[in-house]
Amino acid sequence: MKKYSAFSLLRNAFSHNRDWPEAWRSPEPKPEYDVIIVGGGGHGLATAYYLAKEHGARNIAVVEKGWIGGGNTGRNTTIVRSNYLWTEASLLYEKSMQLWEGLSQDLNFNVMFSQRGVYNLGHSLQDMRDIERRVGANRLNGIDAEVVTAAQIKKAIPIINTSPAARYPILGASLQRRAGVARHDAVAWGFARAADALGVDIIEQCEVTGINRENGRVTGVETTRGSIRARKVGVVVAGNATVLADMAELRLPIESHPLQALVSEPMKPVLDTVVMSNAVHGYISQSDKGELVIGAGIDAYNGYGQRGSFQTIEHTLEAIIELFPVLSRVRMLRMWGGIVDICPDACPIISKMPVGGLYFNCGWGTGGFKATPGSGWVFAHTIARDEPHDLNAPFDLRRFETGALIDEHGAAAVAH
Amino acid sequence: MLLIACPYCGERAETEFSYGGEAGIARPKDPHALSDEQWADYLFMRKNSRGMHRELWNHAQGCRRWFEVERDTVSYVIKECYEIATPATSRDNQSRAD
Ligand SMILES: Cc1cc2nc3c(=O)[nH]c(=O)nc-3n(C[C@H](O)[C@H](O)[C@H](O)COP(=O)(O)OP(=O)(O)OC[C@H]3O[C@@H](n4cnc5c(N)ncnc54)[C@H](O)[C@@H]3O)c2cc1C
Ligand SMILES: [Zn+2]
Repeated sequence: MKKYSAFSLLRNAFSHNRDWPEAWRSPEPKPEYDVIIVGGGGHGLATAYYLAKEHGARNIAVVEKGWIGGGNTGRNTTIVRSNYLWTEASLLYEKSMQLWEGLSQDLNFNVMFSQRGVYNLGHSLQDMRDIERRVGANRLNGIDAEVVTAAQIKKAIPIINTSPAARYPILGASLQRRAGVARHDAVAWGFARAADALGVDIIEQCEVTGINRENGRVTGVETTRGSIRARKVGVVVAGNATVLADMAELRLPIESHPLQALVSEPMKPVLDTVVMSNAVHGYISQSDKGELVIGAGIDAYNGYGQRGSFQTIEHTLEAIIELFPVLSRVRMLRMWGGIVDICPDACPIISKMPVGGLYFNCGWGTGGFKATPGSGWVFAHTIARDEPHDLNAPFDLRRFETGALIDEHGAAAVAH
Repeated sequence: MLLIACPYCGERAETEFSYGGEAGIARPKDPHALSDEQWADYLFMRKNSRGMHRELWNHAQGCRRWFEVERDTVSYVIKECYEIATPATSRDNQSRAD
């Protein structure tokens, strides 16, 4: 791998940027791999990278049906935080946060991780009690968290409406200063380039259509580019998790829903942090290009169509204008949808499956971008050792039988 | 926005309805007789079909009755809306829990 540096930028400028090497190869699939990762989103690519880097695995392929990062990785609103309520969840997301903090250096790729802080607003006394409880829980787990008042919010974010006369007045917020945003495409590309440099084959335009098994063990996958044998198969396909589980005759507690986002026309800087509100349901940040990045809620129905309904967008924009009346005349530029894998307890499944050598990582739903490095890190461990890491052991599929759910709905400001 | 034909009121906008998820999941007659695995299957496991999906809708802002819809989850096109199939076993794509 040719290292990116200020010097390489300069040198390539002199040759009019014509000599940059490709960031990753596009190899033909080999007949057999030790590990196949199905799904070339951020999570799949991170899994392959950490398998190679931390566990010395070499013969690995990532098989992606479209182009890498074209799923939810390239469609999300990029909020990264670790202030979840329950210990199991907060430790998992905090592992990810720590990896984010060194990721650009580790990958030699600027993922533009920007720790600009995330405010989760409270609009009622009950919201504020929940916020205080969550902030307390976060601190006990060593995660930075603060309760801030409406006056402090107004000082930090002058365009927000903190008037007590608002329909849903802002009473306060939780603030995680280490939280922020990152550049989603760069995360996929950075992991792909670093994994490729460690010998991982990244195979795009290759859809998995079957999971081959013999005597209760996985033996490989069928794809649109032929069969590939493998000793182990790790599946990380977000909204399509059930489709892949069906191929191995397994059942999942997952339901797929459309989730939408939209961006405005670019404008001068007005918002240098991230604001989320569960009560009115909207969240917003401003990209480096100047676009306001706004996320909506999921559509209620099951859907795989990568688009959602207009009324969902309308509802979100009502919330944004409630919080920021000054934005009422801003024009929206683009909107799109992804398919999110919703799990009953709003927590992921990172688990061995009842078929030997088969592993699933899914159920991240509306909030898995922040977990990309940590998810890959624990999933790599699970695949390499054939047993979960302490951090993901509670996220086993069997929790739905034992009842040990990790309920991150509501209380944890869980939207994203 | 979907246009949903309530079997009792006719075609109305989606915003008049609320969604009830996968249809045809019958509550087990004797829950105590089930293993943890079977109970988990009834409570949590879902078909989540990519393609034709049989689901429940409630006409919340109209007649307030529940009914079933067959809808394609990729194109979102509704094939059919009908009264709840009784008994639940009369259609073939049953949940394994019952
Ligand atoms: C609008 C929106 C906003 C969001 N906002 C946030 C946010 O602010 N913060 C946050 O933390 N999270 C957010 N999320 C959630 C986050 O995007 C996801 O949880 C995360 O990106 C999932 O990553 P992934 O790599 O598992 O999935 P993906 O990036 O979807 O990757 C899965 C890949 O699998 C591939 N695939 C599927 N089927 C097959 C097959 N049969 N064969 C081969 N490949 C296959 C797909 O093509 C896809 O590329 C948001 C999601 C959406 C849609
Ligand atoms: Zn009706």
